[in-house]
Amino acid sequence: MNSLYYQKRLSRNIGDKFFTSLSVICALIAILPLIFLVTYILIKGGSQITPELFTLEPNPPGDDLDAGGINPALIGTLIITTIASIIAIPVGVGGGIYLAEYSRGGAFSRFIRFGVNVLAGVPSIIAGVFIYALIVSTKILFGSMYSGLAGGMALSILMLPTVIKTTDEGLKLVPNELRYASLGVGASMYTTILKVTLPSAFRSIATGVVLGIARAAGETAPLIFTALFSYYYITGFGDLFYEMGSLAVLIYNFALEPYDAQNKLAWAASFILVLSILSVNIFSRILAAFTEKTKRV
Amino acid sequence: MIKTNKKTPKNIILSLENVSISYGTFEAVRNVFCNFKKGNITSLIGPSGCGKSTVLRSLNRMNDLIPNCSLKGTVLFDGTNIYDKRVDPVEVRRRIGMVFQQPNPFPKSIYENIAFGARINGFTGNMDELVESSLIKAALWDECKDKLNDSGYSLSGGQQQRLCIARTIAIEPEIILMDEPCSALDPISTLKIEETMHELKKNYTIIIVTHNMQQALRVSDMTAFFNAIEYEDGDGGKVGYLAEFNTTKKIFNSPKEKTTQEYISGKFG
Repeated sequence: MNSLYYQKRLSRNIGDKFFTSLSVICALIAILPLIFLVTYILIKGGSQITPELFTLEPNPPGDDLDAGGINPALIGTLIITTIASIIAIPVGVGGGIYLAEYSRGGAFSRFIRFGVNVLAGVPSIIAGVFIYALIVSTKILFGSMYSGLAGGMALSILMLPTVIKTTDEGLKLVPNELRYASLGVGASMYTTILKVTLPSAFRSIATGVVLGIARAAGETAPLIFTALFSYYYITGFGDLFYEMGSLAVLIYNFALEPYDAQNKLAWAASFILVLSILSVNIFSRILAAFTEKTKRV
Repeated sequence: MIKTNKKTPKNIILSLENVSISYGTFEAVRNVFCNFKKGNITSLIGPSGCGKSTVLRSLNRMNDLIPNCSLKGTVLFDGTNIYDKRVDPVEVRRRIGMVFQQPNPFPKSIYENIAFGARINGFTGNMDELVESSLIKAALWDECKDKLNDSGYSLSGGQQQRLCIARTIAIEPEIILMDEPCSALDPISTLKIEETMHELKKNYTIIIVTHNMQQALRVSDMTAFFNAIEYEDGDGGKVGYLAEFNTTKKIFNSPKEKTTQEYISGKFG
């Protein structure tokens, strides 16, 4: 008879220990890049943060003494992501509503779901090239070529799949009983969705939207083809139709410069970008946690 | 099987004529003829899988929400076949309300739970009065008059179910359908809901599906016994049918069919 006590030397126990430690090590290796990256950027970029950074225009490379600030790029990123959100959120939420509420699992909805998954996997540079071909090279937007507007459109393509998917999944989590309840008191589909199901799924949809925004805000490749870059302050509505700076493209441009001052500015911009994307992600986590709590009262 | 005359008498509010319902290719219930009298409580009883819930849901077109569900035959309500292509199911549901098996209040306040249905139905009167009178009719007013702004979820299961009944009453339907309204409730809540039903009988026609035969005996005037038989072609599938329909007294005291006798005495089901 074997003893009931735990025996270290048993081969199954040795194997078990080995695989447990192996998976822990792999998990640690997986998280290392994130830790290093964030600390490196915090140290390199954090030391460059000054009040002027947020107010000044960047100086053209060559003037080694002072690189200026990132104000136009910061505002540009805000504007471009806002444009992307204005396009992607209504279309995405609307599409998600169709998939979750109206479609009955037919060929059309399966095609859309498949298409959304494909779109989610499209490399961001392709989205940029697509908008370049469609809008920038054709000058279709009132004769303007590179513009903040075109940049926002390119980013909206990247946001769209996230928004559709989270809306679809968020609505599917709403219990059917709730829909029956609403339809049972004589509400139409439209009222039911607007007044009952959508509010119930609001927070999970909001979480997806926020994640989509976070992804779009950090993209560089699509903006190089569409919004390009600008050194100058954004002063009015008309600037939407001209080249517009963004944090991501500023980092791309200035990190490649041979001058130290520009490199430092790129680090500072990286710091701001990482910090804002991180905080947006954390915000979406809080939102999601809040959803979990309120779902079943 | 009960045969009906073609002409529906005046006190018949709803009548099923040769109704068969299928889910895809699976036939759930076949050739049902049944007349529901105005101001009565009719209970539908029978073993699981005999299609009684399916029949109930077909009465206000709730089955529309289930993909592949189709109905043959006519369901006459107010002289109109509610399965006519020109009929708007939303309008049907406004006049034939439904209370579900699981209490399903909206994630809103108690007040809003009742006001919601009335508002979307274009109610323009005094909402406070309507909420109060609906809650009184559902025997819930005394328990929640001081917390109308609390969430509907803050109530107990039995109270939630009575809230759902109040919500249904608020839209002033002509018929209230109840799909095993007490199956998720304790005996005391069940008793309260049954009392509520007796009160409601004065103004509404009620059709209730129940697994509890004592409940059918306690609350209903008429009882329809549904049963399931195997298909003639014998591939093991079962189809539901209306085995016997009569006053509750007759069904429970002197049923005509042998299966009814066996079911109510607990020999199967």
